[in-house]
Amino acid sequence: MALIDIFNNLANPTRFLALTNRVLPWLTALTVIVLVYGLYRVAYAPDDYQQGATVKIMFLHVPAAWLAMMGWGLMAVAAFGTLVWRHPLADVAARAAAPIGAAFTFICLVTGSLWGRPMWGTYWVWDARLTSVLVLFLLYLGMLALYWTAEDPNRSARAAAILALVGAINIPIIKFSVDWWNTLHQPASVIRMGGSAIDPSILVPLLIMALAFTLLFLLLLLLNMRNEILRRRVRSMRMMQAASI
Amino acid sequence: MNALLALLLRDMRLATRVGGGALMGALFYFVVVSMIPFAIGPDLNLLARIGPAVLWIGALLASLLALDRLFASDHDDGSLDLLTMSTLPLELTVAAKAIAHWLTTALPLIVITPVLGLMLNVDMSAMGFVALSLVAGTPALTFIGLIGAALSVTLRRGGLLMAILVLPLTVPVLIFGVAAANAAIVGPAPFGPPFTILCALSLASFVLGPFAAAAALRQGQE
Repeated sequence: MALIDIFNNLANPTRFLALTNRVLPWLTALTVIVLVYGLYRVAYAPDDYQQGATVKIMFLHVPAAWLAMMGWGLMAVAAFGTLVWRHPLADVAARAAAPIGAAFTFICLVTGSLWGRPMWGTYWVWDARLTSVLVLFLLYLGMLALYWTAEDPNRSARAAAILALVGAINIPIIKFSVDWWNTLHQPASVIRMGGSAIDPSILVPLLIMALAFTLLFLLLLLLNMRNEILRRRVRSMRMMQAASI
Repeated sequence: MNALLALLLRDMRLATRVGGGALMGALFYFVVVSMIPFAIGPDLNLLARIGPAVLWIGALLASLLALDRLFASDHDDGSLDLLTMSTLPLELTVAAKAIAHWLTTALPLIVITPVLGLMLNVDMSAMGFVALSLVAGTPALTFIGLIGAALSVTLRRGGLLMAILVLPLTVPVLIFGVAAANAAIVGPAPFGPPFTILCALSLASFVLGPFAAAAALRQGQE
């Protein structure tokens, strides 16, 4: 019950802004500390015996991939909030999460192909994982396109929510079908990560980086939500001004 | 049920009469598939190998472009508002419209597929299986596209936005459709598994599509 009360309290944007004002300095400090510590650990992590120094790309790549998926999950939860409870901040959260999720997906793709160049000898292969991340990126772009074309945020809110839920149902299906497609077409050329367990000397920095990326995601999300609220206020003030002339 | 049947027949009649453009999808399909050899050259062996993929891409684009019409004309003349306010559940209304749309655009497209297959040097004995994969898969395209059509009509934006929203969602249909068609032509993988998954995708989107589309249309009314 307490959790629901908190969510209901946050329905008031002013209260939300006041809360974020108090939280943001601490969150920023925490993010910087964890990120710096994580990068320090990454810098001193041993090279992989096969991959050499390129393994360090993984410390950015893997957390970005996790957050790319978490971003859509967050949007789906927010979409549920928009459609079921009509929570005013749910759409703000979904809209704020879309570009950040797209950015993390992009980072995941770019770091992946930078790693692929020395390891696989090419920037891009139609590997199952790369392909499903690519489709996820396309879905993010579709979501952004939907937001860009709708002038009235209230109108786009529920349309975007429906798209987010449909996408959330489809993402596992896409993942499954891309795996199937890949094993059918080129079973031999798939180079798999892992196989052996990851050594703690790599795993611990990786987890720290994952935590840092998650904090960074939350920080960016809160900042972007604040901007979105202010943007909507500016919009309604402009419309009121235009109506009064 | 009678009302739904009447709606289905109405949509089919509207589509087949002058200005309805039911055959436009099939015509577009024909033109697009005919353009492919100009781009890749007249090598019959190559065409035979990529033939099923070309047919599937053509079908995907044709059904996507035809979707623009699904709600747009009803929205323009106001009948969409009447349909939304009727006592029929909007989900069923939307499903009936989608079925009518499939019958008038996807079915002609499947009928001319064997002719196009001939031009692409696809093995005639396997042509039946390619057509069968289209029969099983195109309902999924229609019902996924239904969501995009409903979203774009409520946002008063069609065309490119709908393509951007819908195409990534059709990736599984394309994968299993081409896989089933290729399995019938080249082998060695059996035709059964991808075909049954294709049927499953169609059935799942038949359930999901009308609900999402109806939700999208309802929010457009507010």
